[in-house]
This record gives sequence, C-alpha cells and structure tokens, in this order.
Amino acid sequence: MYHSNKIIPGLVIFFLAMTFPFWFNIGSEAYSTPELVLPEDHEHCVEAVEFMRAEHMTMLNEWRDAYVRDGYGEYQSMLTGEMYAMSLTKTCMNCHNNKGDFCDRCHDSVSVDPYCWDCHIEPEGVE
Amino acid sequence: MKSSRRKFIAMAGFAALGWSVCPSLTRAATEAGPKLYFKEEGSLEASQWAMAIDTKKLDRQIMNKCIEACHTLHNVPDIDSDQNIKWIWIEPFRNLFYDQSHPNLKNKANQPFLTLCNHCDNPPCVRVCPTRATFRRPDGIVLMDFHRCIGCRFCMAGCPYGSRSFNFYDPRIYLENLSHEYPTRSKGVVEKCEFCAHRLDKGQMPACVEASEGALLFGDLNDSNSDVRKALRERYSLVRKPKLGTGPKVYYLI
Repeated sequence: MYHSNKIIPGLVIFFLAMTFPFWFNIGSEAYSTPELVLPEDHEHCVEAVEFMRAEHMTMLNEWRDAYVRDGYGEYQSMLTGEMYAMSLTKTCMNCHNNKGDFCDRCHDSVSVDPYCWDCHIEPEGVE
Repeated sequence: MKSSRRKFIAMAGFAALGWSVCPSLTRAATEAGPKLYFKEEGSLEASQWAMAIDTKKLDRQIMNKCIEACHTLHNVPDIDSDQNIKWIWIEPFRNLFYDQSHPNLKNKANQPFLTLCNHCDNPPCVRVCPTRATFRRPDGIVLMDFHRCIGCRFCMAGCPYGSRSFNFYDPRIYLENLSHEYPTRSKGVVEKCEFCAHRLDKGQMPACVEASEGALLFGDLNDSNSDVRKALRERYSLVRKPKLGTGPKVYYLI
C-alpha cells in the first residue's frame, strides 16, 4: 500500500475519535428514565400514555394552531371520546400541576428547553 | 431488454408522477379519520364584529375602568416611558379625528375618548406581516398569533392608528399580579387588542364592554337587530381616518 505509514496512523486516529463517546463513557452510569410524579386523582391522560410520550409536543403545536388560528376550543380524545379544552394551562397543567416534578424532569434529562413558559404562566400558585 | 433514451424519459416521467401523487393520497387517507377539533359550545358568533363607543356616556371613571379591566385580564404591563404597552387607551378628540375636526368644535377638541384597535375590514397590518402572525379571522377580528411573531414591526409601521405596541422588555418584570386567564408575552413580539376573541369563543363579551356600564356596545355589524346596528341607525357616528380605506370597525357615537 502506498503511504501506509501515513494512512494507517490516520485511520487509527479516526477510529479512536469516532468511538470516543463510547469508551469515554465506559463504567459511567447508564441513562435511566427520570421518575415522574403523576397526578394522583386522574386515571388517564387526554390520550394513551405511549401516544403522549411520543407525540405531546406535536399535539401541543397542533392544539395551539387549531385554537389560535382556527378558533377551535375543544378536543375530542381518541382514547375515551371525552371532550377537553385545548389549553396548556387549563387542561394539561390542571392535572400535571407541578411543572418541576413532571415536565422539567424529562426535559432537563434530555436537555430540551421548551420556551412555552416564557409566556404561559406556570401553575405555581393556581388553586 | 433494449433500452432507449425515449423509454427512459417515459419511465422517469411516470415515476415522477407517482411520487407526486402518492404522498398526497396517503395524507388524504389519514385526514379522512375522525374529526378531533370542535368549536366550544355557546361561543358567540358573528359575520363581522364591531364596537360602538357612546362618547356621551364616557367619563374618566368609566374609561379607566375599561382600561383596568382589559389590562389586568391580559397581563398588559404599565411601563412609565414611551415604551409602554397599550391595548385600550385614552386619546383626545383632536388626535383621533384631526381630519374631521373644524374650529367650531372647540368644546370637543380636548374631550378624552377611548381608543383601541379598529379591527379593520382591510387591515394594513395583516397585509404587511411577513409571517402571517397577524391575521383576520372570518368573523372580522384581527388577531395576533404571538407564537409566530418575529418582532419585525412591519405591522406597527402599517397600522395608521398606532394600535400596536412592541415588547421591549419581558412584561413580567412590570406585572405584580399575573392573571391566569391569559398568557404574558415574551420580549420582542408585537401586541394589540384582540376584541377578547378568547372570551367570545367562551360565550362572554369583551372585558372592556362588560366594565363600561353601557358606554361600549358590541355586536354583529351585519345583523340589523344587534346593539351596534341599532345605535348606528339612531346616532351620528364617526370612524377614524375613513379616507385610508381600511374600514375601521370601531364607531364613535357623537
């Protein structure tokens, strides 16, 4: 092989750099899903747990457009068929009334920083 | 199989057609599912909302009550500078109707009037907004979608009535008590009166109308039995800057 004295060390360096995250984290704790405090007096969410876990952000985006732009105020659950007001503070935060114990734990652990709370008011102090 | 350029182009054409049709077909299939969004029960509806301000019934006390009701409900901060935020405010007659004034109206010229967004028929703010953050609902309310506002302030330049305010600060610094009915805004967005669209959707009248002790009338302009139309039939009325052709929907009963 031509230039093997350069290519082989180059490949070794490349391989080490590529796999750096893997061997750097050997021995450190595995990621664990944070424990969330679920509301006690409610049996189910607006939709199934799996759906909410994967889709809550998409759903909130759709809700905000439907509410603000198209004037729809009510959402019919696919899970139970019940009607819910499409409102972050009045529907979501009514049950999940502790942002720190529910929203923030996941968001912090995956380094997501939603800007909802720049405007919408946290349920702190809401009766 | 022998292929030719002609055959290749034909196949490519069919493939492109397929790719262009298929996604829209799959979307059509999913959209045909159950409808999930509904209008709230008991919401007030109109083909064109309008307000009539009875200037004979207005006095300082009532005007301050209207402003108070609106600004506390919507978390509008009171900033003591030219960077203040206002949804509804007091302005003397000569400022509102300088083009419809004449020297013999001297006793009127300094009379204070309430003013707010005119919710125009042909709103210049909507036309100039590059992100469609401000838009006109089918019922005539010119609404802000704060989520989309990029703070370019074209709408402020477009509005001939000065009805829009820009948030130079985080409003929460200036608010002692937050109203949980309505969100605050973030720094860098434009805001204005929304005719309490969120209250109408719940079946309530706008906050200023409720606080006005009958000085503000609100209703459907296209309904000849509405309060607004009755008042407009009986009284002489003015709108601001009619020559601009924006079609203001706030009428001042003189």
